[in-house]
Amino acid sequence: MWDYNNKVMDHFLHPRNVGEVENADAVGDVGNITCGDALKLTLKIGADGRIEEVKFKTFGCASAIASSSALTEIVKGMTLEEAGKVTNRDIVDVLGELPEEKLHCSVMGMEALQAAIANYKGEKSPFEGDADHEGRIVCKCFGVTDTKIRKVAKENNLHKTEEITNYCKAGGACGACLDSIQEILDGLWKEKGEAAPELEKSAFAGMSVVQRVIRVQEVIDKAIKPMLESDGGSIELVDIKDNVVIVRLKGRCAVCPSSHVTLKHTVEDQLREFISKEIVVESI
Amino acid sequence: MQKRIIYFDNNATTAVDPEVFEAMKPFFSERYGNPSSIYSFGGSVAAEIKKARAQVAALLGADHQDEHGNFTEVIFTSCGTESDNAAIYSAVENCPRRKKVVMSKIEHPAVLNVGKDLERRGYKVAYAPVDGRGRIDLQRLEDLIDENTAIVSVMWANNETGNIYPVEEIAAMAHRYGALFHTDAVQAVGKIPINLKNSQIDMLSLSGHKLHAPKGIGVLYVRRGIRFRPFIVGGHQEKGRRGGTENTASIVALGKACELAGKNMSIENTQVKALRDRLEKGIIESIPSIKINADLDNRLPNTASVSFEFIEGEAILLRLDQFGICASSGSACTTGSLEPSHVLRAMGIPYTSAHGTIRFSLSRFNTGEEVDFVIKTLPPIIAELRSYSPYWQEK
Repeated sequence: MWDYNNKVMDHFLHPRNVGEVENADAVGDVGNITCGDALKLTLKIGADGRIEEVKFKTFGCASAIASSSALTEIVKGMTLEEAGKVTNRDIVDVLGELPEEKLHCSVMGMEALQAAIANYKGEKSPFEGDADHEGRIVCKCFGVTDTKIRKVAKENNLHKTEEITNYCKAGGACGACLDSIQEILDGLWKEKGEAAPELEKSAFAGMSVVQRVIRVQEVIDKAIKPMLESDGGSIELVDIKDNVVIVRLKGRCAVCPSSHVTLKHTVEDQLREFISKEIVVESI
Repeated sequence: MQKRIIYFDNNATTAVDPEVFEAMKPFFSERYGNPSSIYSFGGSVAAEIKKARAQVAALLGADHQDEHGNFTEVIFTSCGTESDNAAIYSAVENCPRRKKVVMSKIEHPAVLNVGKDLERRGYKVAYAPVDGRGRIDLQRLEDLIDENTAIVSVMWANNETGNIYPVEEIAAMAHRYGALFHTDAVQAVGKIPINLKNSQIDMLSLSGHKLHAPKGIGVLYVRRGIRFRPFIVGGHQEKGRRGGTENTASIVALGKACELAGKNMSIENTQVKALRDRLEKGIIESIPSIKINADLDNRLPNTASVSFEFIEGEAILLRLDQFGICASSGSACTTGSLEPSHVLRAMGIPYTSAHGTIRFSLSRFNTGEEVDFVIKTLPPIIAELRSYSPYWQEK
């Protein structure tokens, strides 16, 4: 059972502004019944350009209803410019918190609002099903595009595929697109220059020479040498060329008939585990 | 004061019968001896286990006894899931030549995920489809079974719809190809009569907490003469077929629960069925745009799976919870997965109703007054949630 807080339960049990505004000036329609949730937001814009009236209709679980209700309270009285800046975070903040797996409900609220604003301006909804020019469909089950994945990732600082699923459902059904989502995330954070921690490991060749030497020496000293020394051997770092780490086995290791096993199974495995899977070890 | 609870979720778990609780109590405090011990303080507990085994065997009609009067076809396990795992892995390991397993698409995860695991180990696993009412087409099932099939596993009754499957026919079918047959009867035992006396069923799983015994106790029935390889290897307990010191209190409890289930069997098909039918009738008469998901002529007497169109199940359940009414849903949102249950999807239930599917499952401890309260409480909840839904049009 979900652990919904009192605020969420209050908005679910007593939702504010349910219904449809008559002769609405703006309509935002997102989601569909197949996906399990949908939201129709209708707005009345006053003479002063502010949102005078706002109502919602939602098909979905308790958190979808609560998110929609909270959204209407947030935007009432705002100018469209102000409303355009509302994000799913603002909805979550009003509700206090939502279970991680339910964060997509707050994203749906933000999308409905943006769709309504686009509708008012006479633009095409950015979230319509055929919005192919807005990106390619990555998650076929829920019709989520790469554009949307990048957007939620950027706005909420998401690095993992599970987080993407929680926020926009992508990858939550058959899971066939999870690898593609990871690629999008890798690409996105690389572009932004803030490598995700996993990325750091795999970008060995991209490190500066000094960085590579320091990292490799550290692993050799702290992890590899003690193992070899316990068998009467030792090791020293000779050189690093691209992803090839060249070492010299010493002591008993140097004369041991299974030194190639030591090299691959001890030295290479350790360096790969701690630094990067790309590393290849050679000995002289 | 604790809120009054109306418990309509008996396919999830059941209340321990007070008589069962009384029967198991002494085995925590006074009679804690190990049944394997030589002294009478332990040995007398072994006698109680023997009695419990006989009680389980009686409910199943598993009447084979060894020379000491032990009903050897009953193996106590820790739960239904362990029984399912033990049955299927034993079958494939005992028939190393056969590299295929056949099951239905609507099996419990305890069976389905064993299938997935076997696929990873290189086995071929075939899943029989069901129709819109959840029925298995026996011809299509038979097409999947061949001489390479080690075991066929089809549940006796489905937990979500309550559908009952023709397991005897399927067992005979499996045997025509030299395959073993196992049935997950967790939902069936205690609710409908079962008689394995002249049956072709090779293995059957049951779970204590679905028939008013506590959680953490199950049984695997293995017909005499069937080769069995233990799933948990250890001591000589259960004749070496399931290691681990016996869960004495729960075994005694399960024995008692099986005895009571036998006595109360007629109630299931009269009183409980009448309550379920009254609930369904009340819902049908007071709420438009609903659908009952099941093979109506062939289902458990206690289960009602109802789809409320254009609304979502979690919202319904949380509203019911406000009134102390416990039910469950086949909807995605309650479990954290994003798709409706595998059973409803296998049946091809449209998404418009799959998301709003609620399962009510009753027991002999429910009353007519409770049913009437649910019939009275439900319509305004459904009407209100529908008034929030963009898809609902008042007719």
